[in-house]
Amino acid sequence: MTRILARRELRSYFDSPAAYIVLSLFLLITGWFFGNALFLENVASLRNLFGLVPVIYLFFVPALTMATFAEERRSGTIELLLTMPVRDWEVILGKLLAVTSMLAIALGLTLIFALTVASFGDLDFGATFGGYLGLLLLGLASTAIGLFASSVTRNQIVAFILGFALLFFFFMLDKATFFVPGWMAGTLEYLSTDFHYQNLLRGVIDSRDIIYYLSLTTFFVLLTGYNLARRAD
Amino acid sequence: MIEVQGLTKNYGPERAVDNLSFSVNPGEVLGFLGPNGAGKSTTMKVLTCYLPPSEGTIKVDGLDVRTDSLAIRQRIGYLPESTPLYQDMATYDYLGFAADVRGVAKADKTRRIAAMTDVCGLGDVLGKPIHALSKGYKQRVGLAQAMIHDPQILVLDEPTSGLDPNQIVEIRDLIRSLGEEKTVILSTHILSEVQASCDRVLIINKGRIVADGTPDDLMASATGGQRIRFGVQQGAANVGDTLAGWGHVTIQDQQIDGDTVLYTLLSDAPDDLRPALFRFAVEHGWTLTELHRDQVNLEDVFRQLTTA
Repeated sequence: MTRILARRELRSYFDSPAAYIVLSLFLLITGWFFGNALFLENVASLRNLFGLVPVIYLFFVPALTMATFAEERRSGTIELLLTMPVRDWEVILGKLLAVTSMLAIALGLTLIFALTVASFGDLDFGATFGGYLGLLLLGLASTAIGLFASSVTRNQIVAFILGFALLFFFFMLDKATFFVPGWMAGTLEYLSTDFHYQNLLRGVIDSRDIIYYLSLTTFFVLLTGYNLARRAD
Repeated sequence: MIEVQGLTKNYGPERAVDNLSFSVNPGEVLGFLGPNGAGKSTTMKVLTCYLPPSEGTIKVDGLDVRTDSLAIRQRIGYLPESTPLYQDMATYDYLGFAADVRGVAKADKTRRIAAMTDVCGLGDVLGKPIHALSKGYKQRVGLAQAMIHDPQILVLDEPTSGLDPNQIVEIRDLIRSLGEEKTVILSTHILSEVQASCDRVLIINKGRIVADGTPDDLMASATGGQRIRFGVQQGAANVGDTLAGWGHVTIQDQQIDGDTVLYTLLSDAPDDLRPALFRFAVEHGWTLTELHRDQVNLEDVFRQLTTA
């Protein structure tokens, strides 16, 4: 059931210009920075790419998730969907799967850059694998946050802004340690999405980082489920 | 087939549906009639398992909406008010999606879509995106998705709203023909609609049932009488007094139209009074020019029950 719902969701991205705009912009931006390093500085490295994508996520993930629940509520299709024989959580997982797949497709396209690096210079396979794994997990958790933002409102713009604000908050947490007392710094770091991403980027696959992203995803999926169960119009 | 017992639904402090009880028999076409905001849509939303009931029980085929929600949804086809469809999908894709979600077996899918295309007359628009369709076609796509899994029960919330008169007739005919084998619950605030398509009517006002019966029953019971126009050629003496003395009617109005005096008579009698009036006129040697009984229509009933 989740697959059926995800397939419809993905199709609707590809039936409209949305998917193509998002994917080409994604490639354009990442390609620009990668190409600059390659051609101007003679550096064949994925470091720029991996540094950039989390920032791109801040805008792209809310853009992909803003319609998910807000638009279904505004147009009333949510009522028809939820009177079909589907469970609420199947609807949420379907949308989570669809948006994460879009991100995976976008990331898949950037493998071209990885291949380029591998052919020109030394590709650090450990760090590259860690980086892509981190981006996937970060994408998954960001999507869950975006879905939650979309589930609190009928207005897509509000959903986008709220989604961006939440993602930005989690992204910036570990950069705010300077402003809080020392005993809070560790907690703040642990809660930050970027902190765990930087860990994975070093090529060290630590289960704590993976568990963090999966917990964050679960937490926001549950919150979304709570919102959906309220059946607010 | 459907048993509703003491259904109450609150939205916060507001009570949308208040202690509603009714049952629907298999093969019945039941019409919910009521002014806007009477609780028709809310009742349907609870029945289709979109909203949980605040109090009371609803059983469909013996299954409870609270515990067997998925099994009930499988048995029901629902068309919400305003026909919410995924606008950017093509009709064919949308029906395919509805078939998948509603659990139509892969082997039957193409056959079911073809059957629905046929029944709902969608042959010309299968490849078009839904947002490009006219309101009438959208409504038919909505009906098609509701029936794609061949459910025994159809719940249609204002299926003809926003359609032009020709489309209304088409949709009504469609509902009529569906009602021959399926249980249909439809809501409307258009009175002629229930007369045209329903076996039974529930009139709902402020969340309560104010009347329950066939359209004919309701019309007969509501005014509890009849209004008769009675014309006598001028020259007959004491018509008014004689009629008043007869005891069966009261004179509401009288006016002179050319050489005829027109009386408007009211009576509590349940039977048609015209034959008796005719004989009464003959006995007194009056020359009748007009004898007409006003049909009490559902509109009178509706207004009487929902404005009190």
